[in-house]
Amino acid sequence: MSDTMINLENVNYEYKSSEGEFMALKGINLEVKKGEFLVVLGHNGSGKSTLAKLINALLLPTNGKVYVNGMDTTDEEKIWDIRRTAGMVFQNPDNQIVATIVEEDVAFGPENQGIEPREIRKRVDKALEIVEMTKYKKHAPHLLSGGQKQRIAIAGILAMNPECIILDEPTAMLDPTGRSEVMKTVRKLNKEQNKTIVHITHYMEEAVEADRIVVMEEGQIVMEGTPRQVFSQVDKMKELGLDVPQVTELAHELKKEGIDIPEDILTVEELVRAL
Amino acid sequence: MMIKIENLNFIYNPDSPFETKALNNINLEINEGDFIGLLGHTGSGKSTLIQHLNGLIKPTSGSIIVDGVDITEKGADLKSIRQKVGLVFQYPEYQLFEETVYKDIAFGPKNLGLDDSEIDSRVKKAMELVGLDFDSLKDRSPFELSGGQKRRVAIAGVLAMEPKVLILDEPTAGLDPRGRDEILGEIKDLYNKGNITIILVSHSMEDVARLVNKIVVMHKGEIAMEGTPREVFRRAEELESMGLGIPQVTYFMRKYKESGNDVSSDVLTIDEAKEELLRYLRRNGND
Repeated sequence: MSDTMINLENVNYEYKSSEGEFMALKGINLEVKKGEFLVVLGHNGSGKSTLAKLINALLLPTNGKVYVNGMDTTDEEKIWDIRRTAGMVFQNPDNQIVATIVEEDVAFGPENQGIEPREIRKRVDKALEIVEMTKYKKHAPHLLSGGQKQRIAIAGILAMNPECIILDEPTAMLDPTGRSEVMKTVRKLNKEQNKTIVHITHYMEEAVEADRIVVMEEGQIVMEGTPRQVFSQVDKMKELGLDVPQVTELAHELKKEGIDIPEDILTVEELVRAL
Repeated sequence: MMIKIENLNFIYNPDSPFETKALNNINLEINEGDFIGLLGHTGSGKSTLIQHLNGLIKPTSGSIIVDGVDITEKGADLKSIRQKVGLVFQYPEYQLFEETVYKDIAFGPKNLGLDDSEIDSRVKKAMELVGLDFDSLKDRSPFELSGGQKRRVAIAGVLAMEPKVLILDEPTAGLDPRGRDEILGEIKDLYNKGNITIILVSHSMEDVARLVNKIVVMHKGEIAMEGTPREVFRRAEELESMGLGIPQVTYFMRKYKESGNDVSSDVLTIDEAKEELLRYLRRNGND
């Protein structure tokens, strides 16, 4: 079996509307390995959400090919297998919750897959346990916090047993507590459940722990590498309108002033040691 | 004195099983020309407090004096208060409703009964303040603009009322770093032009540290801290116990000092840290 989960080959995507055409993705080549934690960074309009939708076969490439676990997303017969393999979590938790009781919401996906009730029960319980929401299983979702709702949305995806989870700015509408809850869950899915993660965000803090980062700008991948490789290019990141950790920027500024320190500082502790 | 809050209490759902004390004996003075950062964990009472400041919520007890008028009194002229105190809600773009950008921004001034030429000049001015080009955007539908532009239209609609106090509830929520920096830059410019008092509700310690001149921290319905950014960010442990933090660069300087380096940890921005470190490192290097 191949160790590639997602493969995009020369992908273009063009939006067409009454006002004209817009090339949202231009010549994207990207391979995501099984078990990888990939972060896609980029500002609004850079093409990152389009990329996410292509992986889930919500959009089909204008040119090029997208493969999910070897399956071509343009193969109509495979579309349900593809979505079962790569589950997607969206930005606004309120738009993703369909039921009035937490555990019913989580059961919605597997129910639609025609899975037998006993198996659904097992999956729902397990999914809620992973996102640490078991004690809320009988609650009404609309009374939960943003971070809790987003974890319910993640549990709903987990209950479908995907190998890969794509998260499209899942923290953009949350407060700092909600963001850290969701990120803790995402890391856990990757480390303990071995899920391949494609996490789309514009918060650089969330990218620091990724295995790899790709940075998008105007529909193209403009930077790629480990967090250390990407964030150490402070000037380029700023030019792209993205943040780097404050300590990374401070190290960069000090180096410009002739202080002898490494450029690839990522954490407070590293900078204390380096100075 | 612009706003004076005295012994303010607010209870949600009083005399019911859901009774919650949202504000507990708040006393706060806001001076003309203040730029205040209002911090606090979700549920700390920030939003409840700011909704009191233009009379959207009536307090359970206590008084709020805005520009000499007690707005909690019966018969207070709420219309003039809302003109004085402009409130920009979270995700204000959800409140856009008109066919064109111009009409949406003009809605408030029109309701004030201003004449057309005054409305026109206010719309132009408000759009300029938020960096929207009047000629190319005035006739566009607000719904076909980008997220950041929509938000600017919504803010311009409040600015067109020419408030003396502008309250913004997390104006950068959901924006990318570039959109955030643009909006904060516009707010800063607006403040620097003078004649306005600003209250900015934020979750970002880094943003607050470089913008405001006073911080108010709320915790469990009470005011937990009040002071300049420097004074407040010195109390890192207390802030952390409230689920808040300090800017990463301030945190770094504290750690660096703790590990035996004789530097001032009283820094708020990257520039300040750089200056302090260069001073320290160069002096040591020359020894």
